[in-house]
Amino acid sequence: MVEIVVKAENLTKLFEVKLGFFKTLLSKESLYVHAVDGVNLDIFKGEILGLAGESGSGKTTTGRLIMRLIEPTSGKIFFKGKDITHLDEDQMKPLRRYMQIVFQDPYESLNPRMTVGDIISEPMKLQGITDEKEVEERVYKILTDAKLVPPEEFIFRYPHELSGGQRQRVATARAFVLDPDFVVADEPVSMLDASIRAEILQLILSLVKTRRTSFLYITHDLALARHVCDRIAIMYLGKIVEQGTTDQLVLEPLHPYTKALMKAVPVPDPSHKRIEVVIKGEIPSPVNPPSGCRFHTRCPSYMGDICKKSEPQLVDMGNGHLVACHQYSKK
Amino acid sequence: MTLLSVQNLTTYYQIRRGFVRAVEDVSFSLERGEAMGLAGESGCGKTTVALSLLKILPPNGKIVRGKILLNDLDVVKLSESELREKIRWKAISLIFQGAMNAMNPMYKVEDQIVEAIRLHEKGVTKKEAKDRVAKLFEMVGLEPERAKGYPHEFSGGMRQRAMIAMALACNPSILIADEPSTALDVIVQAQVLKLLDELKRKLNLAIIMISHDLSIISETCDKLAIMYAGRIVEVGDVLSVFKKPLHPYTQGLIAAFPSIYAPKQEMSAIPGSPPNLLNPPKGCRFAPRCNYSMDICLKESPSLIEADKNHFVACHLVHK
Repeated sequence: MVEIVVKAENLTKLFEVKLGFFKTLLSKESLYVHAVDGVNLDIFKGEILGLAGESGSGKTTTGRLIMRLIEPTSGKIFFKGKDITHLDEDQMKPLRRYMQIVFQDPYESLNPRMTVGDIISEPMKLQGITDEKEVEERVYKILTDAKLVPPEEFIFRYPHELSGGQRQRVATARAFVLDPDFVVADEPVSMLDASIRAEILQLILSLVKTRRTSFLYITHDLALARHVCDRIAIMYLGKIVEQGTTDQLVLEPLHPYTKALMKAVPVPDPSHKRIEVVIKGEIPSPVNPPSGCRFHTRCPSYMGDICKKSEPQLVDMGNGHLVACHQYSKK
Repeated sequence: MTLLSVQNLTTYYQIRRGFVRAVEDVSFSLERGEAMGLAGESGCGKTTVALSLLKILPPNGKIVRGKILLNDLDVVKLSESELREKIRWKAISLIFQGAMNAMNPMYKVEDQIVEAIRLHEKGVTKKEAKDRVAKLFEMVGLEPERAKGYPHEFSGGMRQRAMIAMALACNPSILIADEPSTALDVIVQAQVLKLLDELKRKLNLAIIMISHDLSIISETCDKLAIMYAGRIVEVGDVLSVFKKPLHPYTQGLIAAFPSIYAPKQEMSAIPGSPPNLLNPPKGCRFAPRCNYSMDICLKESPSLIEADKNHFVACHLVHK
């Protein structure tokens, strides 16, 4: 039996839309952005799960909810079997040692006034590791693992003295220095140039593999996800529409949205001819998401009333390949 | 006849510590109806090439050498008013990287395009210009009535379409698209790229597509030029550059873009980072990062030679 490290159950986050003063007086109801709506997710021990979707699909919000960086509106989050949904900051703090996050932009996620050594040892200080020798050993070890060598030179540098790739290495080293069980990376390489992107991904992958860390990789780049993830979940307007192993999703996508998404990914091969852009329009506003299946407004295989009125549930099509679409739910 | 021929274009930026040699000896040519991709990492000079073509460099930027021949007219020598009358918008148009923010939020989209038309084509009445906007909107797949809206009422993809409509307002023969789809989602990106491809065919438009993303270029362009640290290191027919890359940098860059359909694989990277262009390496600018670097690479800068039919490369390995 595989061990579930992180579990999200019916996770929902609504953000209230701020209206102007007069509008608040006039309208009785408040408007909500349905950022994440009823998401169920299991992340296994040592697995790399990709969470993919267009901007506005709620993938970043999901990552932040699971890390308890923002409060869910409803739903539950379990970490190693323990319900952490309602823990307060003090109760969360000892757990933070085991859950870490790498942010997208290494130019903003590092404090410009701290040296690399301070940045990486800060999580240890916060977690009460005060033995200077241990802190130093861990910093040196993780810097070496992150190929920021020689470490004795890097610990005195400031972020502005580093290149974009090196900064993201520092951010990664900081996340892994406490040997966490679970790491979220929110688009960790999308700010980097193609030639360094692979290096950073490989670094993250080697850290994840050697430590058997569970890893949630949030991305919009499906071509990269293909080569990084064990499983992928596709989000559309706050809901997971399809989930399965990377091969299942890339080679045999079932949901019309996943199919369109896979076809839209540009292929770096000039002899590859794109079939057609299958769907029109853009992702609708999450303030008033479409009724029924949220994709029905753009769906090329729209089946009429059922799609408009009832919301499809995720069904297992075999081998853990889940899809939420009425085409498949009838069977 | 060749539509655009750029010869030894060299553009420097002056800063307090000296000259940033952003573009050095860049040469290429473009035919009518041809799409060329200009690829490379950030800071390699792709955008500077685009700004040089229109002579809209920032005040500290200067074209120090070279020719930009557009139908045998040298753009480098033209005065500001000649550029406005003959080149900008009429012959060469540019779509900027941040299309989301390239429009003035205070004016209706229609008024912004009308202004562009009337500024560059004297004697066009407001009415004629508005009719043209409606036609342009139809051409890029937007409803003509939407032109009366403000930019914030447009979604990302619609704004990019409106920007393309605006760029085509004065019937240019060359459209430069600087990262036209980087900020867009994959599906919208595919839609915009398809639109550009259709326009290219319909209007016989020459396109220079500037992008760091080789997969986008491979899908839309006929020709591909790879830039590294201010120089073109390889240029040729897109198929032969992709299938038989000759320069080690091109090989590395292509390997850094995995295909979604390829079996799961280790991705490869190019170790190191590009040189500082204030003081670039003396020989080949890629030599410090190159696995095949030889003595000569550190001394002499390789020139662009034809290695195959319509396939040029600047590398000492090939010169032997």
